[in-house]
Amino acid sequence: MNWAGLYTVLSGVNRHSTAIGRIWLSVIFIFRIMVLVVAAESVWGDEKSAFTCNTQQPGCNSVCYDHFFPISHIRLWALQLILVTTPALLVAMHVAYQQHQEKKLLVLTGHADAKHMEEVKKHKMRIAGSLWWTYVCSVVFRLLFEAVFMYIFYMLYPGYQMMRLVKCEAYPCPNTVDCFISRPTEKTIFTVFMLVTSSVCIILNMAELVYLVVRACARRSQHHSNPSSAKGSFYGHKHSSEYKQNEINQLLTEQDGSLKDMLRRNSGLQEKGDRCSAC
Amino acid sequence: MDWGALHTILGGVNKHSTSIGKIWLTVLFIFRIMILVVAAETVWGDEQDDFVCNTLQPGCKNVCYDHFFPISHIRLWALQLIFVSTPALLVAMHVAYRRHEKKRQFRKGDQKCEFKDIEEIRKQRFRIEGPLWWTYTSSIFFRLVFEAVFMYAFYFMYDGFRMPRLMKCNAWPCPNTVDCFVSRPTEKTVFTIFMIAVSSICILLNVAEFCYLLAKFFLRRSKNAGNSKQQPNHENKEETKQNEMNELISDSCQNTVIGFTS
Repeated sequence: MNWAGLYTVLSGVNRHSTAIGRIWLSVIFIFRIMVLVVAAESVWGDEKSAFTCNTQQPGCNSVCYDHFFPISHIRLWALQLILVTTPALLVAMHVAYQQHQEKKLLVLTGHADAKHMEEVKKHKMRIAGSLWWTYVCSVVFRLLFEAVFMYIFYMLYPGYQMMRLVKCEAYPCPNTVDCFISRPTEKTIFTVFMLVTSSVCIILNMAELVYLVVRACARRSQHHSNPSSAKGSFYGHKHSSEYKQNEINQLLTEQDGSLKDMLRRNSGLQEKGDRCSAC
Repeated sequence: MDWGALHTILGGVNKHSTSIGKIWLTVLFIFRIMILVVAAETVWGDEQDDFVCNTLQPGCKNVCYDHFFPISHIRLWALQLIFVSTPALLVAMHVAYRRHEKKRQFRKGDQKCEFKDIEEIRKQRFRIEGPLWWTYTSSIFFRLVFEAVFMYAFYFMYDGFRMPRLMKCNAWPCPNTVDCFVSRPTEKTVFTIFMIAVSSICILLNVAEFCYLLAKFFLRRSKNAGNSKQQPNHENKEETKQNEMNELISDSCQNTVIGFTS
């Protein structure tokens, strides 16, 4: 299980994302994960072996390295990328749950043939209702993780710049010794690059959040202005029994005449032709 | 045979797991195996080369390293992950056995067999009840036991979960008590704590799944006891089916259903 495995897992989620979400995923994989794997890892590869202190005292090197680099940039970036990409799996789980519900419905209405099952698997879920909330939560978590890691970076390595020389006086170093870091300029360049791409991802996430909120508000105002929509709020009308019965009748009319007759016999309700106005 | 192959093997088990089981598997692969492969292995990569003792005595460093690190964290984690993921194979074997039986029935031309062809038997998802329930519950129990045993082994061998920066060693041939310095102790402590935290989350998920299965078992038992008292009623069945459909439609209709049926 490595970055390629994570890519396989996340590409499935891509289909149910917004356009901005897809751009974000591409930026993550190409400008962050790929740069980390092909470039940054070799820059930091000799960080410990080439960390040299001006002393012969055994152990001084190790201790000074540990004092100045409690956790390496590479590991921090790897953790950041894993934690930032994982909230997308919440959306994948929710979509899988909804697809499972649809398949159950198909089985109950007697349309469980291969063609309909394939259609359930292939068609794109609209980001509305509870899926909208899951999606928004995943975007909020992404933002939170990005911000937390940028703060941790700033706390551990103030200024984002890699020093060429650090002065160390931890035991067993006999006195204050000069320690020299390997490739400081190259490390600074890559740190700044990763910081910039992280900021770009934060901006994309914020744009996606704004887009989702605006879309939800637009949909809501469309409901209020539409006279044939049910009474009550966006959430209230979803639960009204008339609305529910309309949907059931609509579905049954489209599918099976015998089921419709059975429904009429049991409940005696009239058929209405309203379409699902939450879509 | 590497972690990728294990992922392939266990992916098949995923289909017959509960939802909590699927979440557990995802946490295992992304937060434990992946972190082990992409991050932890590099942190521990130079653990012996950069283990330095304040002496020129040949052999002292080797002996001291061996004394303080009888088995490396990385190897312990690899063993733990293998042991913890393997009980799921019990479930896979049971499912394969049931499929084999169904195929045998089908080939014999048994009238009771409800499948149209071999493909359907291969794709069928079994419900977790009867003997499969017992197999599944045993596999969760073994997972819990292995997780707990390894966490205890870690705690016992490394005296807590912290990696000290300096260790004092006086094993032969070291001339006297020498200072030995561990490489990257803080980074190792951070990753040890991270792996322990994720291990605890996995234990919680397993306990939750165990409770869920027990609850489902008792619920089904009480429902069976209740049903056996009533007469089976054709109209009741139709109404139950209609209720279920109505529930499914009202849950999902705002997203998709009308769209694809037209």
